[in-house]
Amino acid sequence: MATTTTDSPSSTPTKSAASGKSGVPPVRRIADPDPAARGRGGQRFILLGLILASVYSLFPVWWLIVAATKDQVGLYQSNGLWFSGMHLWDNLHQLFTYEDGIFLRWTANSFLYAGVGSLGGTLIALATGYGLARFDFPGRGVVFGAVVGSFLIPIALLTLPLYLMFSKIGLVDTPWAMLIPCLINPFSVYLAKVYTEATIPFELLEAARIDGAGELRIFFSIVLRMMTTGGATVFLLAFVNTWNAFFLPLTVLRGEENWTLNLGLYNWSGKRAESGIDVTSLVLTGALLSIVPLAIMMTAMRRYWRTGVTLGALK
Amino acid sequence: MIRSQRWKGAAFTVPFQLGFVFLYLLPIAYAVYESLFQEKRSGLGLGGATREFTGFDNYQLGLSDSAFMGSILRVVLFACVQIPFMLLVSLVLALFLDALTAKAANRFRIVLLVPYMIPGVVAAIVWINLYSPAVGPLTPMGDFLGFDWNFFAPSMVWPSIGNLLTWHGIGYNMVIIYSALQGVPREMFEAARLDGASEIRIALSIKIPFVRAALVLTGLLSIIQMLQLFNEPALFRNITPETVDGSFTPIMIIYNQAFNAGNYQYAAALSVLLALILGAASLVFYRLTSKEVD
Repeated sequence: MATTTTDSPSSTPTKSAASGKSGVPPVRRIADPDPAARGRGGQRFILLGLILASVYSLFPVWWLIVAATKDQVGLYQSNGLWFSGMHLWDNLHQLFTYEDGIFLRWTANSFLYAGVGSLGGTLIALATGYGLARFDFPGRGVVFGAVVGSFLIPIALLTLPLYLMFSKIGLVDTPWAMLIPCLINPFSVYLAKVYTEATIPFELLEAARIDGAGELRIFFSIVLRMMTTGGATVFLLAFVNTWNAFFLPLTVLRGEENWTLNLGLYNWSGKRAESGIDVTSLVLTGALLSIVPLAIMMTAMRRYWRTGVTLGALK
Repeated sequence: MIRSQRWKGAAFTVPFQLGFVFLYLLPIAYAVYESLFQEKRSGLGLGGATREFTGFDNYQLGLSDSAFMGSILRVVLFACVQIPFMLLVSLVLALFLDALTAKAANRFRIVLLVPYMIPGVVAAIVWINLYSPAVGPLTPMGDFLGFDWNFFAPSMVWPSIGNLLTWHGIGYNMVIIYSALQGVPREMFEAARLDGASEIRIALSIKIPFVRAALVLTGLLSIIQMLQLFNEPALFRNITPETVDGSFTPIMIIYNQAFNAGNYQYAAALSVLLALILGAASLVFYRLTSKEVD
């Protein structure tokens, strides 16, 4: 039975992702690292440079963590880089109860749009990538050209007419206005095509066909299983993109009950200027919390997105 | 491949094709169509507006619109400073990582990628508060050192945004360049060392040419992002509407024309113009930078 020769889903068929331990670069070193700075002075200089860059990268995050633990007085009067009192729980309580817990509503919305939208988008992208990579049909070049060409389309050119079209059919200010655009993601298709080329051998498909499996069955029970790594990467990158989206939700979402976290934080961030309410600690605590899901996800799926980043770069 | 199979293969791409038509081609066609009209308001603007076909008038207006063209020029000049600087820092850091043991390189890489994990809007909020004289630590630090920093002053807004974008982008670009560096055959270094080349010479003559394709790619992606700069200035505008006005970047102008001025046809024409400029800029950049790269 040829169909049983597929790898189990747990093993990763991709060369690049099969580096075993996570945290190893996808392209393996052949020899030991290049000891560029043979001299101790050089090595010290390099470490110093990297430590400085690390401090620059981390200190804003550190400041945000510290700021989220302060009350209003501490925020304005104490040293920003060190703690003063522990008011994180009060801040969280204030954040979750402000305007009847609208922040939790935004969090749920962000998860809905990024989660469901990316899941649908990933499935469509995997099917498309598979079709482009493993079938030679008329018009294939045109479809792929459209995928690559769309990377250059400015977001405003798509979003504004989309807003008008959606408003004509009554979709503006509904979750659909966010979910539907997520289904079509050219970059996901491009990645899915690259992954298919790397993981799905022609011979396997031929063997499955000789065994009498239908095309749909081959796709759902063989191809998708072998593409778990690629699929996870595509999903992760699409999720991060949607979670970070700003222009689209700003355009198609009106009422605050449909807003995303980004939109809500943007609105709060502007409140200081116009009204007398000081929501600075709300904004900062909310900003810190909005990083958490993304950080957890990116850390848990580190291996996947690293592959994605490098694959995108190699082309 | 058997003919019927070909069509089945094409069928896998049908959902995407349908979606692409409705979410990409149709909106673009709609924008182009709308851009050929103008709404003429009669009398004092109290009467109803009438639509008139005006051909390329909107485009001519756009090309002679000093605010729009000025914003493009501003963003391009800014890109010419910020992108090379950011890529240079990313390249140096990638070369530094390449000189360490794999274990140490990994630790630093994870740390340097932290900013990239933070959503752009949140990153902007964090930096705006760091810059803020009321709650941020930077202004007191400047006072201590004898500088009179005001990060929201007209002359400082671009450097402030530039620093934010650099902070957010260094890690990502570094990872791309570092991955390309991993592909350099190590034997080349040995050969160069035997010939007596210094490490800096090896970096300049072997490593950097080898990662040129990666540099071109990251540069191109950064330019595409920069011409569409919107989120960061929009958040700055929240705080300092007097320095960051509504015509700060091309996309801000388009957004304001469409949603605040209600001048949708003109906004459509401007977004078509921006798309053409973006395509041209990418092409020129690609031509200039990728001579004889495979």
